[in-house]
Amino acid sequence: MATVVLESLRKSFGKTEVIHGVSIDVEDGEFIVIVGPSGCGKSTLLRMVAGLETVTSGSVAIGDRVVNDVEPMDRDISMVFQNYALYPHMSVFDNIAYGLKIAKLPRAEIAERVKNAAEILQLGPYLDRKPRELSGGQRQRVAMGRSIVRKPAVFLFDEPLSNLDAKLRVQMRLEIKSLQRRLGVTALYVTHDQVEAMTLADRMIVMNSGVTEQIGKPLDVYASPKTAFVAGFIGSPPTNFLESDPTQRVLPASCRLGIRPEHIRVVDPEQGVCVGTVVFSEPLGAETLVHLRLLDGQSLTLRQDGLLRVPGENELIGVAWNRSDEMIFSADGKRAFREEEDNKGSPDT
Amino acid sequence: MADTGGMVENRGIQRWLTHMGLMIGVAFIFFPIWLAFVASTVEQQEIVRPPMPLLPGDQFVDNYARALTAGVNAPVMRMLFNSAIMALGIAFGKIAISLLSAFAIVYFRFPGRHLFFWLIFLTLMLPVEVRIVPTYEVVARFGMLNSYPGLILPLVASATATFLFRQFFLTVPDELAEAARVDGARPMRFFIDILLPMSRTNIAALFVILFIYGWNQYLWPLLITTDPSMNTVVMGIKQMFPSGDDTADWPVIMATALLAMLPPVVIVIAMQRLFIRGLVDSEK
Repeated sequence: MATVVLESLRKSFGKTEVIHGVSIDVEDGEFIVIVGPSGCGKSTLLRMVAGLETVTSGSVAIGDRVVNDVEPMDRDISMVFQNYALYPHMSVFDNIAYGLKIAKLPRAEIAERVKNAAEILQLGPYLDRKPRELSGGQRQRVAMGRSIVRKPAVFLFDEPLSNLDAKLRVQMRLEIKSLQRRLGVTALYVTHDQVEAMTLADRMIVMNSGVTEQIGKPLDVYASPKTAFVAGFIGSPPTNFLESDPTQRVLPASCRLGIRPEHIRVVDPEQGVCVGTVVFSEPLGAETLVHLRLLDGQSLTLRQDGLLRVPGENELIGVAWNRSDEMIFSADGKRAFREEEDNKGSPDT
Repeated sequence: MADTGGMVENRGIQRWLTHMGLMIGVAFIFFPIWLAFVASTVEQQEIVRPPMPLLPGDQFVDNYARALTAGVNAPVMRMLFNSAIMALGIAFGKIAISLLSAFAIVYFRFPGRHLFFWLIFLTLMLPVEVRIVPTYEVVARFGMLNSYPGLILPLVASATATFLFRQFFLTVPDELAEAARVDGARPMRFFIDILLPMSRTNIAALFVILFIYGWNQYLWPLLITTDPSMNTVVMGIKQMFPSGDDTADWPVIMATALLAMLPPVVIVIAMQRLFIRGLVDSEK
């Protein structure tokens, strides 16, 4: 168990810089999820913490020790890889025990620790099998077992669930979370799946093209995204961005208005903030997604309760939302907070 | 229905024809070996007097015992032993060296990595026969004529095997090496614990090929062994042919030829399963 401190961490491959100075303080026992689109540098960041990539500049500290030049095995970390990276010729037992064998632990202790790990992960009956004789979920568990058996200070996860089917992914997500809580080990978890990020994280880090866009508790990030990227990336369906305010109010120059789908209500056309025609509706049972084309041609997606009437195609409907739910983003993607007076002074429709 | 019937009938005929073809082919290839076997079981006079017998005679034990213990220049037992040492030495030496060099080329970033790979690759174009004169010179100066090291070492450096293992190592996911690194395995530990067991089938396949390659070497042993007790069996057969007017001891020569064929056959049959698996799939 340890803290992890990254300080203005940079990474270049040749002349291209892929990580442009990332600083994070991870507290002891915290579950941190790094989320971002593919190619944003999140895996590279994790691999730098693991010691599998060298640090170009800045520092990585685990516990109170700067580990920039320390081999992965001496960093007191363990890692779960996306494709599990199980040793194909070894049994499950040997896979889990390999690190301990190298560390030259006494045989009895290895057996004991592997047995405990197998129990936690319900791998008991499979200890003699080879990885190829296991299902995807079981392989995933073996990879976890290999990780926890060493009792590291920090768990690193590199998209561990992306090779599993949807149902298993939800189940394993819960297991990872409860495991981490039970063991109280600091965890860094990389994913491109925002649902995983939202559900697992104590704090999440949203990354985009080598920089951290926002760090914070999942719900805080969701509720008040600092940049247009975060607003668009976190949340499904994503935040609607309107180039011009359909309510005829004047937006600050080249700013965009962001509004989350669930904050938009369907109302009668006369009563709406604006009106649009329904392009199509997607009833998902618990909720319905309605895709609209506004009169000025912009698209808008809204999400409403599944019990409400599903608007038909080409139907003209009005939509409304609370001003407090609006998010204004300036041209550089930063959140621009509209001033209160401005808010009051603008004509309300 | 009639169509299907015709099909089945057709297939029956086809099967007969193909099997006939195969049997004729086998007979064609097998006939000389049969002749050699017959010749190794009769007396000298029966061979030289036409027509040659086509059925085995009663001298089997006699001829083979004579070949194994006495031979013509050296006992065949001795030559078989020499061949075995040479073939095994070449096979194991080549596999060990090429595994290590492929490991270096694939897993380490060192200056000149590509250069070395291409240098190794280039030697593929230089078979033993092309470099035989300089190689002979080197071996002679090291005083390795008529010795096992002299027989083995020049044939051990192998581009083919290095190339094969390189290709195999490239298909091993990088994460495996990384996982081993996180687990605390140093490079050689990773090589021994993970890469070697994973290359098992490839090693077996290569062993079969290299053993036969080593066993069948003719020109090189012919050049560097002058002492009959260092002859290998494949070249030894040729040495048994008489020069001038001496009569050839055909039964013994034929027995030797058959004895020389046996070990490769045994190796292939014994390792067939691994061999085919090694060529067909890579277990991942």
